[in-house]
Amino acid sequence: MTNPAHAPALVELKAVNKHYGALHVLQEINLEVAKGEVLVVIGPSGSGKSTLCRTINRLETIDTGSITIDGKELPKEGKQLANLRADVGMVFQSFNLFAHKTILENVTLGPIKVKGMSKPDADKLALSLLERVGVGHQAAKLPAQLSGGQQQRVAIARALAMKPKVMLFDEPTSALDPEMINEVLDVMVELAKEGMTMVVVTHEMGFARKAADRVIFMADGQIVEEATPEEFFTNPQTPRAKDFLSKILTNG
Amino acid sequence: MNVLLDNSQLFIDGFKNTGILFIFSAFFSLILGTIVAGMRVSPAPAMRAAGTFYVNSVRNTPLTLILAFFALGYPKLGLPEISFMNAAIVGLSLYTATYVSEAIRSGINTVSVGQSEAARAIGLPFMQTLTLIVLPQAFRSVVPPLFSVFIALLKNTTVAAGFSVLEAGSIRATLSDLGEPLLPGLLWVALIFVLLVLGILSPLQRYLEKKWKVAR
Repeated sequence: MTNPAHAPALVELKAVNKHYGALHVLQEINLEVAKGEVLVVIGPSGSGKSTLCRTINRLETIDTGSITIDGKELPKEGKQLANLRADVGMVFQSFNLFAHKTILENVTLGPIKVKGMSKPDADKLALSLLERVGVGHQAAKLPAQLSGGQQQRVAIARALAMKPKVMLFDEPTSALDPEMINEVLDVMVELAKEGMTMVVVTHEMGFARKAADRVIFMADGQIVEEATPEEFFTNPQTPRAKDFLSKILTNG
Repeated sequence: MNVLLDNSQLFIDGFKNTGILFIFSAFFSLILGTIVAGMRVSPAPAMRAAGTFYVNSVRNTPLTLILAFFALGYPKLGLPEISFMNAAIVGLSLYTATYVSEAIRSGINTVSVGQSEAARAIGLPFMQTLTLIVLPQAFRSVVPPLFSVFIALLKNTTVAAGFSVLEAGSIRATLSDLGEPLLPGLLWVALIFVLLVLGILSPLQRYLEKKWKVAR
């Protein structure tokens, strides 16, 4: 696979296979993500793109193959796995903010409990991150009191508070009302500009064009096509990709 | 009324012991039940199996048999002696914990899986995911079933009367020995139980439900 930045791979998947019962959802996936690279994963639903994203911090286990992060193989379980996950930020489609904790507590929980940061330091860090994603004045509220777009930005701040080496975004804007999509994408574009390594499962072509270094197109558990965003969107090579793009272009 | 007033000391002693049995058994069964519920959702298969075995075996044994074991069988095992009262607390706790565990487990299932995924994603290990994220949210939705369990526990304490613990359930027998009429004594005991539930447990349940109302 190409490695545009020519930096050592931060995330490396080798011959990864996964089945859900009879469904071969990931088929011999080989993929490298370089440090600082922004990779967009695109594909029809059921193509395995979310599963691929979730294997990288082992929210999904794999059957065979190997996944390494910063040269270290993903631990199977226990303390080592928890430590590794602290280095991999994750943003979910449905935000998954801790419903019983305030916005501020959502962001400080990881630094305090996992990294052993003092509460004043964690509060300071959290407030600056919340400020950065534009929800600083909401710190004392509960998640349910915020709009979807605001919740998702808090979720990004929560992940950033762990100072992760790589951020995974699993369809971060798919559950949002259209007018809230951009406020989340803007934050993500900023992150990309600052050099964060990102794996983003999304259909947002605007984001892919603006921020992605590389696009991979998945279908039926395989990586079917891989290109720069411009190449992929203007000149897709495979019939599957052409078909898919024609559908999302006419719809959106 | 005379039955009650003439034997007030008997009623007070009886219900005091009922109260002690209830409070200690509720406390221990809540702790044990929470631990067992945690075991049953643990990623370790051995923990899950042990939790399931405990619940299935103890929950399916009649309480009378469990208390009979502690009152009659346990002293023969040559282990440190315990009073009938303490034996009853142990038996009631072990028995009630299975119901507490199942109530809490059903509450755990109401917490969306995304909550624990998000907790794991920021690096929290299983125990912290459970205690910091899942259980606090699960407890909110288990208040009603949990109070049903505790109301049942309050009434189950009377089974201990059959094993030499002087508590509310034994008031009637003592009254008979004293030659008091049977029915008024029974009715008074029943009425006091109703008052305990309506006066203490139900308001507590309402208070907790209101306090932990789920913000959605």
